[in-house]
Amino acid sequence: MIRIDSVTKRYPDGTVAVDRLSLEIPDRSITVLVGPSGCGKTTTLRMINRMIEPSEGTILLDGADITKQPVNTLRRSMGYVIQNAGLFQHRTIIDNIATVPRLLGWSKDKARARARELMERVGLDGALAKRYPYQLSGGQQQRVGVARALAADPPVLLMDEPFSAVDPIVRKGLQDELLRLQAELGKTIVFVTHDIDEAIKIGTMVAVMRTGGRLAQYAPPAELLSDPADAFVEDFLGTDRGIRRLSFFPSTGLELTTTAIVAVDATAEQIAARATPDVPYLLVTGLDGRPLGWSAPGDLTAGAVDPAELLPFGRPFVHGEESLRAALDGAVLSPTGWAVAVDREGRAAGVVSQQTIAEAIRTAHAEGRDAAKVAG
Amino acid sequence: MNIFHFINAFFSDSTHWHGYDGIPTRLREHVQYSLIALGVAAAIGLPVGLITGHTGRGGNTLALIATAARALPSFGLLVVMFILLGLGLLPAMIPLVVLAVPPILVTTYEAMRSVDPSPVDAARGMGMAEPEILFRVELPVALPLILSGLRSAAIQIVSTATIAAYVSLGGLGRYIIDGLSQRNYEKVVGGATLVAVLALVTLGVFWAVDRLTVSPGVRGRA
Ligand SMILES: Nc1ncnc2c1ncn2[C@@H]1O[C@H](COP(=O)(O)OP(=O)(O)OP(=O)(O)O)[C@@H](O)[C@H]1O
Ligand SMILES: [Mg+2]
Repeated sequence: MIRIDSVTKRYPDGTVAVDRLSLEIPDRSITVLVGPSGCGKTTTLRMINRMIEPSEGTILLDGADITKQPVNTLRRSMGYVIQNAGLFQHRTIIDNIATVPRLLGWSKDKARARARELMERVGLDGALAKRYPYQLSGGQQQRVGVARALAADPPVLLMDEPFSAVDPIVRKGLQDELLRLQAELGKTIVFVTHDIDEAIKIGTMVAVMRTGGRLAQYAPPAELLSDPADAFVEDFLGTDRGIRRLSFFPSTGLELTTTAIVAVDATAEQIAARATPDVPYLLVTGLDGRPLGWSAPGDLTAGAVDPAELLPFGRPFVHGEESLRAALDGAVLSPTGWAVAVDREGRAAGVVSQQTIAEAIRTAHAEGRDAAKVAG
Repeated sequence: MNIFHFINAFFSDSTHWHGYDGIPTRLREHVQYSLIALGVAAAIGLPVGLITGHTGRGGNTLALIATAARALPSFGLLVVMFILLGLGLLPAMIPLVVLAVPPILVTTYEAMRSVDPSPVDAARGMGMAEPEILFRVELPVALPLILSGLRSAAIQIVSTATIAAYVSLGGLGRYIIDGLSQRNYEKVVGGATLVAVLALVTLGVFWAVDRLTVSPGVRGRA
């Protein structure tokens, strides 16, 4: 565990970048430092690997003061990823990744073998090994940066806005990749960003900092959304707080209506049997079980449904896997007001109305409050 | 009588190819003086430029010294050195070194300063020691510029090393000085041509060194 204990950083010009900050950073989880520009995130991060020395206070790593070991030993035990990756342009990709193992005295062959393994880990094609950084896209360079930081298998990973220089689609891919990697490797990650959505998506714990280097709130993302500590945090979280919070409620408990589904080759009797007064529309599926679209029961021609005549079904959600947010989104997008639930293979599992989703949300909120009370 | 006639006459005269005043001897002497001067200038300019460039301190002082040194006329310096030190290698070398240090020093400093700071930050963050950062992260990237500084210093030395002849030394300057005093223009033009060819060869050598030492990752990006 990393413990930041009332640390203050005052630069020589008098700027107080970090003001009596205390944080306990749990092992094997992602702790995000987030806040507006200039609030002291980078300064905080760089005090952990002693790129910057605190003016006051101490930082403990597993109970020991980090200033008690040689600075380069400390740094080699912490991976460091920065914006724009900071790759060595005169070295090939594989040699970039092998840097820290080489510093630690590994043989060239061993270091390169390790580098190849990591390229695969972070989703880089092995054919890129002999290329130089300028021959890679921004997203690929960033993956190399992550691989390089992980090369010597350090327990701690420090990341300073690692994904901010790439476009939103690549960024989402890199975030998903980081979460997948973290599930495999279980590092202690400290991650700096100014993007609150990124913080909420990847953080196990999120520290919101305010200008002047003070901690505004330190909480898991769901709690941040449900109980912002003050107006600053609430404002920083932005709009749609309620909707975004739904991402933390699983769709597992949603009760699906499974009767309102007919296959594309359904007979007149089957259609009649499925059309009940409380289900105004029927979902038509292909022979493989995948949803094709909605139709009013009366508009269906038995045995010869034309898929082109059906109403679009919006975006289905994976039942039990995706959140209530995805379910609600599906219902709002659907012209019938009903969301389509699918299984992992994409086969229709059932449909669910906005009312049912709203009830599930109320229940989840109530349970969340009870849980908070128990925890408090 | 044109310049090509002089050149042709100079090089086809077989007596110019033998003895202590023959082309091979004078060429060897000239190359020798140039290498010594470049070696000494690099030994001064490179370390100072690398270290000040790496730390970022002393840049202004450096620029001041370099400008002052550039303002010194090489020939005037030679005369002063001759008066102070008499004849010999040393009074001839000092003006050449003074001539060559500023371009080496200033370009090396600038080359180091122009290295992208983020890989340096990353290197420091992963626990590289400062000398390793200098030699393994900054130098390989700064190399093309540093080589260009050395190259212009070398060219200046090669053309200015002719002044060595004034203090009774050899080198290609002999042809020019002796030719002028003897009104033997064939010799003057021949000597000047050899200096020009040597300068071109120097360019070629630096081109080859650049090809061999600069990483494709650095060259490709430029
Ligand atoms: N070397 C320095 N000397 C003086 N002040 C500094 C120095 N480095 C940073 N600061 C100041 O300290 C404050 C915090 O800087 P820091 O880089 O930690 O912010 P940040 O939260 O990372 O911002 P950003 O999101 O823009 O990267 C800022 O006001 C900045 O201007
Ligand atoms: Mg920053």
